Amino acid sequence: MALAKRIIPCLDVDAGRVVKGVRFVDIRDAGDPVEIARRYYEQGADEITFLDITASSEERDTMAHVVEAVAAQVFIPLTVGGGVRTLEDIRRLLNAGADKVAINTAAVARPEFVAEAAARFGSQCIVVAIDAKKVAFEAPGRWDVFTHGGRRATGIDVLEWSQRMAAYGAGELLVTSMDRDGTREGFDLALMQAVNESVNVPLIASGGVGNLQHLVEGVLEGGADAVLAASIFHFGEYTVSEAKACMAFHGIEVRD
Amino acid sequence: MAELAIIDYAMGNLRSVENALRQVAPPGDRILVTSDPEAVLAADRVIFPGQGAARDCMRELRAHGLEEAVREAFRTKPFLGVCMGMQVLMERSEENGGIECLGLYAGEVRHFGESPRDPRDGSRLKIPHMGWNRVEQTRVHPLWRGIESGARFYFVHSYYVDPTDHVLIAGTTNYVLPFCSTLAHENVFAIQCHPEKSAEAGLRLLANFARWDGSAG
Repeated sequence: MALAKRIIPCLDVDAGRVVKGVRFVDIRDAGDPVEIARRYYEQGADEITFLDITASSEERDTMAHVVEAVAAQVFIPLTVGGGVRTLEDIRRLLNAGADKVAINTAAVARPEFVAEAAARFGSQCIVVAIDAKKVAFEAPGRWDVFTHGGRRATGIDVLEWSQRMAAYGAGELLVTSMDRDGTREGFDLALMQAVNESVNVPLIASGGVGNLQHLVEGVLEGGADAVLAASIFHFGEYTVSEAKACMAFHGIEVRD
Repeated sequence: MAELAIIDYAMGNLRSVENALRQVAPPGDRILVTSDPEAVLAADRVIFPGQGAARDCMRELRAHGLEEAVREAFRTKPFLGVCMGMQVLMERSEENGGIECLGLYAGEVRHFGESPRDPRDGSRLKIPHMGWNRVEQTRVHPLWRGIESGARFYFVHSYYVDPTDHVLIAGTTNYVLPFCSTLAHENVFAIQCHPEKSAEAGLRLLANFARWDGSAG
């Protein structure tokens, strides 16, 4: 394998500001997405994902302005998710400088939207984000797709959904375990393995990273092609370069 | 003061290419994103980018009246093909059930396969080939200046260029098989990855292009 496994820091952006505290010792403004993205770029991040958690659609343009400013300084792929509902939303973000968009709720509402988006803009820029939750009363190994930040159940099986989205032209799947998100207990490895075996498009694992070992497990046990993490980088506990050194130490190919 | 034209034929987002060039081009150079054939022909250097499917790419190129300008720039100016802008230089692509391309170089554009395996260890390889992979430089070229052989660049594609004449190959990458990820001939350099998204190595390549006189030396 010469293709490197990717490390993707994720920033939650609300009305143009990064939320969920970012603490770098020498950063001027811990809420400025441009400054923070630049920091991760310099540390060797392979891509950066922005999750727009702005509730109101009036502020949708704010995210495009953020992307525009970041793209002028950061020369790695940029993904934007959150509130991507129409082809026009996608066009606006790509024109601003995003390389990929992540579609979540809008895909569940109307799966054909993913096919239309892939046909129009190419699969390379369409990421389908899947929020997965273990369904306790079902057989083991069953996860359902949730929307609205994990609050709304859809009754859709994650593995079937993953295959369907890949067939519709998703270039990549971003799978977040809602059971693990925010727990810092590590990825839901069984979920990642199951999705990885179901599809042949790249898998980005997300949700639950609390230390560098978790990133290693995501790749070696979960089978992920990329690992996404937020808080371990934001709080300055680890740099992206430290994460890469740890992965390399465990025999995982990374970009130096 | 030189002028660099990025050909815009509605195939993908050129903002990133433009951003990266603004960062690295000599101060005073004009960077122009244009779909005007005259502007392409008036430029000193030309970048031919592209994303998406081969069929759409060829259709849009013609719909924008840019095919002749591309051919002319290819013949006469320092010319950089990127991603789909490399693939359509060939005769034919397997994409969309077989598409006739520009035929500027002999050879085909082939699919990696639906569920290919790594011939070395049998492991499953995903399609598209997406992420940071190594480009091994197979010969010296002005555009490789300051870039180590084996440096990683960002790729995202499912088809690769297979030129008939291997003398054209200037760089190879290993995925499913060692494939031609860069070709170079006289005033033309074409690369499968996205230098505009490839951090320092990519910026260096673009900086080299913005200063290239089109000679192979």
